[in-house]
Amino acid sequence: MIKSKAAASPYLVWMVIFIVAPLLIVAYYAFTDASGSFTLANIMAIGRYSSVFARSLLLAAEATAICLVLAFPVGYFLSRLRASKQHIMLMLVMLPMWMNFLLRTYAWMSLLENNGIINTVLGFFGLGPFRMINTAGAVVLGMVYNYLPYMILPLYTAMTKIDDSIIEAAQDLGASTLGTFTRVLLPLSGPGIATGITMVFVPSVSTFIISRMLGGGANLLIGDLIELQFLGNSYNFNMGSAMSLVLMVIVLLCMSFTSSFDEQEMEGVM
Amino acid sequence: MRRTLRPWACAAAVLALGLTAAPGAQAADKIQVNEDISVSGDYDWKRFEGQGITLNVYNWGLYISDGSEDSVDVISAFEDLTGIKVNYTTFDSNESLYAKIKSGGVSYDVIIPSDYMIGRMIEEGMLAPLDYANIPNVSGIGQEYLGWPFDADNTYSVPYMWGTTGLIYNTTMVQEAPDSWADMWDVQYTGNVLMFNNSRDAYAVAAKKLGMSLNPSSVEEVDRVIEELKAQKSVVQAYVMDEIFDKMEGGEAALAPYYAGDAITMIQDNPDLAFVFPKEGVNFFVDSLCIPANCKNKEAAEMFLNYMCEPDVGFANCEFIGYSTPIQEVWERLDDDLKYSEIAYPSDEVLDKAEAFTTLSAEVNSALDTAWSDMKSYDEGGSGWMVLVFLILALAISVFNIWRRVRRKLRNEY
Amino acid sequence: MKSRHLRLLQRTYVVLIFCVMYLPILVLAVFSFNESKSRTVFTGFTLDWYRSLFTNRMILSALALSLVVALVSAVVATVVGTMATVGISAMGRKSQLLINNISYMPVVNPEIITGVSLMLLFVFLQNCASRFEALPDAFFGLPTLLIAHITFNLPYVIFNVSPKLRQMDSRIYEAALDLGCTPRQAFFKVVLPELTPAILSAFLICLTYSIDDFIISYFNCGTLQTLPIAIYSMTRKKVSPEINALSTIIFLVILAIILISNALDSRRYKREQSLGKAGERR
Repeated sequence: MIKSKAAASPYLVWMVIFIVAPLLIVAYYAFTDASGSFTLANIMAIGRYSSVFARSLLLAAEATAICLVLAFPVGYFLSRLRASKQHIMLMLVMLPMWMNFLLRTYAWMSLLENNGIINTVLGFFGLGPFRMINTAGAVVLGMVYNYLPYMILPLYTAMTKIDDSIIEAAQDLGASTLGTFTRVLLPLSGPGIATGITMVFVPSVSTFIISRMLGGGANLLIGDLIELQFLGNSYNFNMGSAMSLVLMVIVLLCMSFTSSFDEQEMEGVM
Repeated sequence: MRRTLRPWACAAAVLALGLTAAPGAQAADKIQVNEDISVSGDYDWKRFEGQGITLNVYNWGLYISDGSEDSVDVISAFEDLTGIKVNYTTFDSNESLYAKIKSGGVSYDVIIPSDYMIGRMIEEGMLAPLDYANIPNVSGIGQEYLGWPFDADNTYSVPYMWGTTGLIYNTTMVQEAPDSWADMWDVQYTGNVLMFNNSRDAYAVAAKKLGMSLNPSSVEEVDRVIEELKAQKSVVQAYVMDEIFDKMEGGEAALAPYYAGDAITMIQDNPDLAFVFPKEGVNFFVDSLCIPANCKNKEAAEMFLNYMCEPDVGFANCEFIGYSTPIQEVWERLDDDLKYSEIAYPSDEVLDKAEAFTTLSAEVNSALDTAWSDMKSYDEGGSGWMVLVFLILALAISVFNIWRRVRRKLRNEY
Repeated sequence: MKSRHLRLLQRTYVVLIFCVMYLPILVLAVFSFNESKSRTVFTGFTLDWYRSLFTNRMILSALALSLVVALVSAVVATVVGTMATVGISAMGRKSQLLINNISYMPVVNPEIITGVSLMLLFVFLQNCASRFEALPDAFFGLPTLLIAHITFNLPYVIFNVSPKLRQMDSRIYEAALDLGCTPRQAFFKVVLPELTPAILSAFLICLTYSIDDFIISYFNCGTLQTLPIAIYSMTRKKVSPEINALSTIIFLVILAIILISNALDSRRYKREQSLGKAGERR
């Protein structure tokens, strides 16, 4: 309709300089050494950190799985509410998300500490104390807590599109509760599940604050490792870029999983 | 320790004194900034007023009297005095300070690195030589604190505070008082040990435990000591820096190595805590005020340095942070508690066994950096096989995707 | 009978989840009124932490910087992004696809990679500039912070506005031209008003993302401190309940904004409903 491609030119210039060029620079650093000559040593050296990559992937996968299990019933429940109630409940889901995640994570610190609130409360019942802070479990908890809304919202969006009558039809036609769930509900909320998984997994696998605040610095994740190369102890841009590149590949793999679902769905959920 | 230092110190002191202006001003001609701080009156503090200058000061966390907990706010007093605005931010280790400045672009006006890092920054041309005509207060600094090998004639640095490391422990959580770094490897404290979260300090603890120098001379030496740190990992609850304050005061851990001055603050807040100089010896450090080479307001930065060396300011800082002052007059004015504190001003016996960091060769340094991230990422369980699992999983997902796509295509065709 | 049990179970479950979601925030808020610094034992009521928060220069200047950066970057991103949407819609399908895919990058990429890659670019530019003395010395700081924020805000504008532009009836625009408008007039008087709700919501999204961002700012802030960075440096030191007070205030501000916007929304919704049930259309 409006024929003025020129209007996009400031953005195109911006895009090339500040989106494309930085990624090219990352790639350049990843394949060069300190003196600027080509090398594969950085990429090879990542093998040494395989335990960190494994830990990040594992913890992020755990967090994503837990989020999915926790969020599914919530999404379903919300989608079956009356429209006016849905609105309020959605607000309630999103409200904690608007708090800065540093503050949310910090709150868990005081809850989980050895002499923290949870252990104090448990102490009244003669339980504990349990060691919770500075463990891998605390890191997973931090991820689940921070990213749960990212799972609930896409699931909810997908499920609002499932008509009650479809579920009723399945039940009328003799499907068991389990059958209705696995053969109707689950497939129909597929796009929501896929989006939710990416939206939880990607930030979880790349976080570097949650592990530091709740994991005590011993449960190093990819994000911590990258930060260590750029602004921390190691100071090695080349190594850091190589790690970033590998992280990007992991994320793209994860995205390819999602993008096999309908693109239109993605846009609606964003 | 201090004694071995004197030969250089004398030469440096002569030099420093030669550069300095008139001796300390009389109380009569002091300028009073607020009820706690008066500064010498024969220094032109106002020459940058109204020029809209902002100084970027980059300091360790909790390393200045900042007005919290009813302390004196020395920074706002400086702003009131000079009309220069201060943008004060903090870092948590020498290495992150180095990375931030080395990466380029960031221009700070005043930084406060420790000894070995100053040496490294001088070598790499990252610091600006100081003009002592603008820092007359340097004459108040005790001679034994000047002329350290990292900056033998104090061309680049003015001592801010000095101190040692040591072991802080919670008396209610240990069976018997620890006296050795080796206690931090003791399995009975599993999950109750905190550890430095920076390479040099953590290395120093392990090296001293092994009876080695905390300045490695070869890559093999680094590897040997880092192995020791890896062995400690199962005992350690967390690798932290200033978080140690909260964790030790809150009784979250039994043992933690940290800086002696901070130990004083912690013991004040929680009397259950105690401090010991481990028998193997400790690290002796001097943190100094420096000006980076790319500083834009050097003269104003030097004014800030001079201000920090004012007795009143030094006194406020010293009282608040508990570290040991190099300024003679400040020491004299301290409360007896702090003045004769065995922690802040340790006996010669402790100091004789103390060792200072030196600047490492580039090769050893990068080996240490790499070994440190190795150590941090080291996993005792050895979850290397997990990578394989994930590779298989990723492969499975992509096969599944392709299969889906093929199926969809087939379905669309019929 | 069975379904009633099920419903009860469902309800308890959802309430439980909400409890867990709000518990930490509640704890933060409660301990902001605690007299002592303890984070576990409540010793008495005080408002001192709020008082000291409002005299904490570090926090206040960080807040001011965050607001400035958020406002400027949101305005620039909205203007440039809206223009881009219009321009892109005039392009061929292939170039549209390419541009969209590239624009997705900052959205899809982990924040740490966006942050790090921009930092590398800025370092590179700085090094180039220092040879020609073209750029000012203090390049890192406000300029880099603004550029970074605009960069991660732009895609959100584009993906918010472009669906609206696609849905718009192009005949309205053509009618305006037929009725004697110049293309420029037609755009500003007909198209833009149609897009306004989408642009406004994009602007708000940018604002919130920008205020909330920590990771990207962390790598590109130079000597400055935005609010999240100040919060981060607070959590790494001896923690003072000021941080609880800050969280409580932030939470209340957000709550107020959401309630107000919600009230406005529902009023509009009701009005639209009374005007011919327009609200029911999806």
